[in-house]
Amino acid sequence: MLIYVLRTLAKMAITLVVIVTLVFFATRLSGNPIDFVLGDGITLEDRELLIAYYGLDASIGTQYWRYLVSVFSGEFGLSFLERRPVSQIVLERAWPSLKLLLSAIGFTLIVSVPLGILAAIYRTSIIGSVVMVIAFLGYAVPAFIIGILLVLIFGYTLNWLPVIGDGSALHFIMPTLAISGMLVAAITRFTRNAMLDVLSQDYMRTARAKGLPEWIVILKHGLRNASITLLSVIGLQIAGLAASGSVVVEAIFAWPGIGDLLVRSAILRDYPVLQFGVLSVAIVVIVINATVDIAYAYADPRIRLAKG
Amino acid sequence: MTDVTRTSSSRASLPLHIPVWSDANWIVRIALLVGLALIVVALAAPLIAPFDPNAQSLISRLRPPVGFERYKDGFYFGTDELGRDILSRCIYGLRLTFALALAGSVIGLLIGGTLGLLAGIAGGVFEDFIMGMVDTQIAIPFTLIALLILAVMGSSLDVMILVLGVYGWEQYARIVRAEVRKLMQMPFVEAALAAGATPSRIAFRHILPNVVSPIVVQFTLNFSNIVILESTLSFLGLGVQPPTATLGSMVGIGRDYLPTAPWIVLVPAGAILLLTFAVQILGDWLRDKADVRLRSR
Repeated sequence: MLIYVLRTLAKMAITLVVIVTLVFFATRLSGNPIDFVLGDGITLEDRELLIAYYGLDASIGTQYWRYLVSVFSGEFGLSFLERRPVSQIVLERAWPSLKLLLSAIGFTLIVSVPLGILAAIYRTSIIGSVVMVIAFLGYAVPAFIIGILLVLIFGYTLNWLPVIGDGSALHFIMPTLAISGMLVAAITRFTRNAMLDVLSQDYMRTARAKGLPEWIVILKHGLRNASITLLSVIGLQIAGLAASGSVVVEAIFAWPGIGDLLVRSAILRDYPVLQFGVLSVAIVVIVINATVDIAYAYADPRIRLAKG
Repeated sequence: MTDVTRTSSSRASLPLHIPVWSDANWIVRIALLVGLALIVVALAAPLIAPFDPNAQSLISRLRPPVGFERYKDGFYFGTDELGRDILSRCIYGLRLTFALALAGSVIGLLIGGTLGLLAGIAGGVFEDFIMGMVDTQIAIPFTLIALLILAVMGSSLDVMILVLGVYGWEQYARIVRAEVRKLMQMPFVEAALAAGATPSRIAFRHILPNVVSPIVVQFTLNFSNIVILESTLSFLGLGVQPPTATLGSMVGIGRDYLPTAPWIVLVPAGAILLLTFAVQILGDWLRDKADVRLRSR
C-alpha cells in the first residue's frame, strides 16, 4: 500500500512540475510580455526600465528559476489590469465556483445514478434504450448550447429565471443544468456499466433466492458493490469534466467564478491572472485525482497489488 | 485457392470489418445520410451558398427566417445584425468547422499514433516516458491548456489548428500502444522476426495494418469532441476571429441578440448539434462493429 501511495504521489509531483513548466514557457513563447501590456505611448527608456524591473532581461534559465522560487513561496505577482495580487483575485472567485460545482455534482448524482440503475435493470426493454439514447446524445451536446437554449427559454421567453450573476438560489438553476448536461450523460453510462457487471454475479442470485425483496437486492447487494468502481470513476472524471464545463458556463452566465475569470483574462491577456488561475485549477484537479486513486486502491486490494 | 494464398502470406489479414449499409439500423442510416449531406454541403459551399457570407446589407438587418413576419425574400434562415445571410454563413461556417476539425484530428492522430507505435515497439525507458506524458496529459483538463495557448499566441487559424491538433493525442497514443503491445505477442510477428524482418518492416507491414480499425473508431469519436472544442472556443471569442464565421462564433456573437433575434443563434446551434450527433452515432456504431474495447466515456 505504501509503495502504491508513493508511486501515486510521485506521479502527481511530476504532473505538477510539468504543468508549472508548461505555464511558464507558454507565456514566454510569445515574446516580450511587456509589449502586450503597454500601449504605444511609452518612451523607450521607460520600456527598458520596466523590462529590468520585471527581470525580463535575464536569461530564460534565470527567469525560470526565479519563477519556480516565487511559485513555491506563494508569490504570483500582480494582475496587469487590476494591480492587485493575483492570488487575491483568484481566491475571491474560488467560493462562487465551488458552490456552482457542488450544485452541479449534486444534481448530476441525483439524476444519473437512478437513471443508470434503471438502464441496467431494464436494459432489454424500451426504458433502458430511451435512457441510454438520452445519455448518449447528451454527450454530444456542447455545454454552451444547453446554456444558450436555457437562457432563451427560461430567461427571455418565459421570464422565470435570472440570467446573470449568483445572487439567489434561482440563479443556480440554469448554470447547474448547463454544466451537468455532459456529466449526467457520462455518469449515467458509468453507473449502468458498473451495475451490469454486478447484476450478473452469483451473490445477486443468492440474495434473490433468500427471498429478499427486489429493491433490497438491487440497492444493498447491487449498488453497494458497484459503488466502489463507480466512485472512483466519478472522482476521476468529474474533476476534469467539471473544470472544462464550468469555464464556458460561467462565462455565459457571468458567474463570478474562476472559469469566467480565466476566459476574461485570456481575452484581455492578463497573463499573471491567467497563469495563476490555470495553475490553481490544474493543481486542484490533479490533487483530487491522486486522492481518488489512493482511496480506490485502499478500498480495493486488487488495484494496489496489480500496480504496486 | 484463396485460402491457400491467404495462409501462405505471413501477414495477418486486415481485421478491418468495414460495416455495410445493410448492417445499420435506421438511426445509423439517418446519421450516415446526415453526415454525408453535411460533407457535401461543406465541400460545395461556394456553389450552394446563395450569398457571400460576409456581404453586409444594413437595409436587411435582423430579418427573421422564412414563414415569419418581416421575412425578406431569399434569406431563408434570416439575417444577422449586419444583414448577412445566416444560411450562407452557416454553410461557410460548417466548411471551416469541418476543415479545422479534420486538420486537428489528423494532426492528433499523427502525433499520438506515432508516439504510441514507437512506445509499443521500443518498450523500455522510452515507453515509460511516453506513457508518463500520456498520464500527465490526461490529468490536466485540456480546456485550460487551450485557453493558455490561445491567450499567449493569439487567436488565428494556425493557432487554432495547433490547439485542436494537440487535443486527443494521448488517446491515440494509449490505444495504439496497447494494440501494438498485444500484437507484438502474436505468432506472425514472431515469425516475421525469425525471418529476419527489420523493425521498420515489422512496424509498417505487420503491425500498422492491424491497428487501423481501433484508430478509425477513435478518430470518429475524437472528431465529435474536436468539433465541440472548436465551437466552444470560437463561442467564447477565443477561436476564429470575425468576420470569418464558424458555427461556434456565430452562436457566440448572436448571443447578444438572443431576446429579439433568436434565429441568429438557433440556426448555427442546430447545425452544430446535427454534426456532433451524426458523428457520435457513427463513431459508436463503428466501435460496436469493430468490437474494439475502448474506454467508454
